[in-house]
Amino acid sequence: MPLPWLVVFFPWFGALVLVALPRLRLAAAVNLGVSAVSLLLALLLLGTPHGEQGWTRVDALNQPLVLLSAIIGLTTSIYSYGQLDAKGFDHLRLRAYHGAYQLFMGAQALALLSDNMGVMWVAIEIATMASVTMVAVHGTPAATAAAWKFFILCGVGIALALFGTVILYMAAQPLVGHGDGGLSWAALRLVAARCDAGLLNLAFVFLLVGYGTKVGLVPLHFWLPDAEAEGPVSISAVLSGLLLNAAMVAVLRAKTIVAANPLAIPPGPFLMALGLASVLLAGFALWRRRDARRLFAWSSIQHMGLAAFAFGLGGVGGNLAGLLHLLGHSLAKSAVFFGVGLATRLKDSQKIADIGGLATSHPALGWSLVVAIAAVAGMPPFALFASEFLLLTETAARFWWLALPLGLGLFIAVTAKVNVMQQLCLGDATPDAAPGPAGAVPGRLAFGTTLGPIWVHLVLALVLGAALPAGGAALLAQAAEMLR
Amino acid sequence: MTFGQLPYDIAHLLGGAMLLLSFVLLYQRRVQAVINAFAMQGGVLALAAAWQGAMQGAPELYLTALIAFVAKAVLIPLALRAIVRRMNLHRSVETALGIGASMMVGVAVVALAILVVLPITAGARAIAREDLALALSVVLLGMLMMITRRNAISQVVGLMSLENGLVLAAVGVAGMPLVVELSTAALVLVVFVVAGVFVFQIRERFDSVDTAALEKHRAEGTWEAQRADGAWEAQPAEGTWEAQRADGGREAQPAEGGRDAQRPEAAWNAQRAEGRPEVPRHGGLP
Repeated sequence: MPLPWLVVFFPWFGALVLVALPRLRLAAAVNLGVSAVSLLLALLLLGTPHGEQGWTRVDALNQPLVLLSAIIGLTTSIYSYGQLDAKGFDHLRLRAYHGAYQLFMGAQALALLSDNMGVMWVAIEIATMASVTMVAVHGTPAATAAAWKFFILCGVGIALALFGTVILYMAAQPLVGHGDGGLSWAALRLVAARCDAGLLNLAFVFLLVGYGTKVGLVPLHFWLPDAEAEGPVSISAVLSGLLLNAAMVAVLRAKTIVAANPLAIPPGPFLMALGLASVLLAGFALWRRRDARRLFAWSSIQHMGLAAFAFGLGGVGGNLAGLLHLLGHSLAKSAVFFGVGLATRLKDSQKIADIGGLATSHPALGWSLVVAIAAVAGMPPFALFASEFLLLTETAARFWWLALPLGLGLFIAVTAKVNVMQQLCLGDATPDAAPGPAGAVPGRLAFGTTLGPIWVHLVLALVLGAALPAGGAALLAQAAEMLR
Repeated sequence: MTFGQLPYDIAHLLGGAMLLLSFVLLYQRRVQAVINAFAMQGGVLALAAAWQGAMQGAPELYLTALIAFVAKAVLIPLALRAIVRRMNLHRSVETALGIGASMMVGVAVVALAILVVLPITAGARAIAREDLALALSVVLLGMLMMITRRNAISQVVGLMSLENGLVLAAVGVAGMPLVVELSTAALVLVVFVVAGVFVFQIRERFDSVDTAALEKHRAEGTWEAQRADGAWEAQPAEGTWEAQRADGGREAQPAEGGRDAQRPEAAWNAQRAEGRPEVPRHGGLP
């Protein structure tokens, strides 16, 4: 079996095992093991030569993203392991959670790796269903409402994406003929220049709206704040870290096909418009949030908007900024969710007003969260600073009049995040929640398994932003070149 | 192959019948009538797929047709009827858009689909482009149904009708790869939605543009505060949710109880009182 297939099927095999395992602690440990092996496989994938293996394709675009998802998959499992004693959770729910988690990991890896647009669609669909299960796993009314909304909106979204895929094939059908190869991204890209431009335009509209819903671009973002605020914390980490990236890659694959046809309407400006709208709306929305997890969910909308803007801008510089932004955002945002997750458990509330002065009451957690929020806000020297700086200079050089609204959106968002960082971490400490029936007081294990992943992510974001190794830089440059 | 030849005419007839049933779905007010219309649409879809299979000489389309028939014309409607009985919805009448208004909007949507599809597909074969126009109309009418309906079951039927349109489009494109796999995967999606309705006993749809709910908050003068935390948190208090979980289904529902009798907090608190494990809202599970 080719290595990319193994990257997909191993987590799915793990999901089967996890669903069958009766013991809680053991299941969490097996989950950890499966994620660790997946990371190993993703590292091996870096050494694989680029090319096709049936329905999958290894290229410079998906290698770094698969590695990133495996890293976040492992750190999230570690975090999850440390929070096991937190709840009165029955075994059925825990089995569903662990099974859905590994199912999700495999599906999003397949979405990144697939060469066939149809397989990619199925992968994103499976990832959606698995993440809906994880959001709903608590079964509280709020979680169910969030999961339902997530599912209905994303269900319509992926249905439209399938329609776009059908039209895409219809455009290419006279040139690629029958057979599975007709939906291959590489084949479609080769023949795109000779396809009917009108059909390609129509296909892109559906693919953009469909997969764009999953990316969380304004005005298709309504599901995202609920899904990230109401599910378990680890699902917030993997949703914002991985699912959004996979959907963005789907949009990019569609974009490169359409952009290869000179007669089709250029797709870049659509992405730029949606991206800019996301950045601006999210910037203002960030100021009005009072729920910590909801606030950081809106920050995901903002960052995905920035990435979409960067990819829409195109060119090597724009694409490089976009890729760096995807990677940096995933690392920093999951780190913040780990920290906020532990804080909400300590204070038994998600309200920003109830979580105050963490740096005084729990210095290690408080200061880690300060640094993580700074990384998400795009402070130097982390990766998001590098990508935002690159994006702004690139925009200013090419469309100076767009740099103004973009800079405004960035400014509003950064100030909102610095403000919330002060409220959460600095200032007067609020009292911890009394240990009640809801769960035991987090012990050393819970703190260790939270702070460890946070710092791993922050160090990686730092390396990405300030000292990217030559091999990594070459890979990203190659991917940026490929997306032109 | 053009107008006047039998294979073309029958394909066209079946596509047109699906479109007609989409209009029926749009204006039916009783939940059971909606389910019946959906079952008929599923049956017509199966016929359309089988006919395309015969026309294109593509035997795998017979499989698609069989799956569509068994799932959409038989099993899903039966499951939906069971849900309706169980949730006591069979007498409920929905205040959707008026018949006249929904017909007019529907016609406008179909006109839009035709205006979009026909000019840009001038190069394609006539059968393919008209199938696409019909399929797009069915898709858009399904979306319209999801927007205008308030009841979760009708909304789910809207999603499934939308998905019928997708399958119609996929079988209409000769040589479409993975057509069986894709249509099956789409079916799994809708089955998952139906299962969600069943497990969580979702009665009403949730939508962030539910203006009625927003107005209510505004009238209480606390809208701003609730909005800041997300209007969604306030939603469960609206009496729209059954807080019963999968395992809570065995609690008998009041046979004639209105929704007020089943206010979610009440159900939730009752569950707590019964000594169910308490699950914190933000969740202990990481």
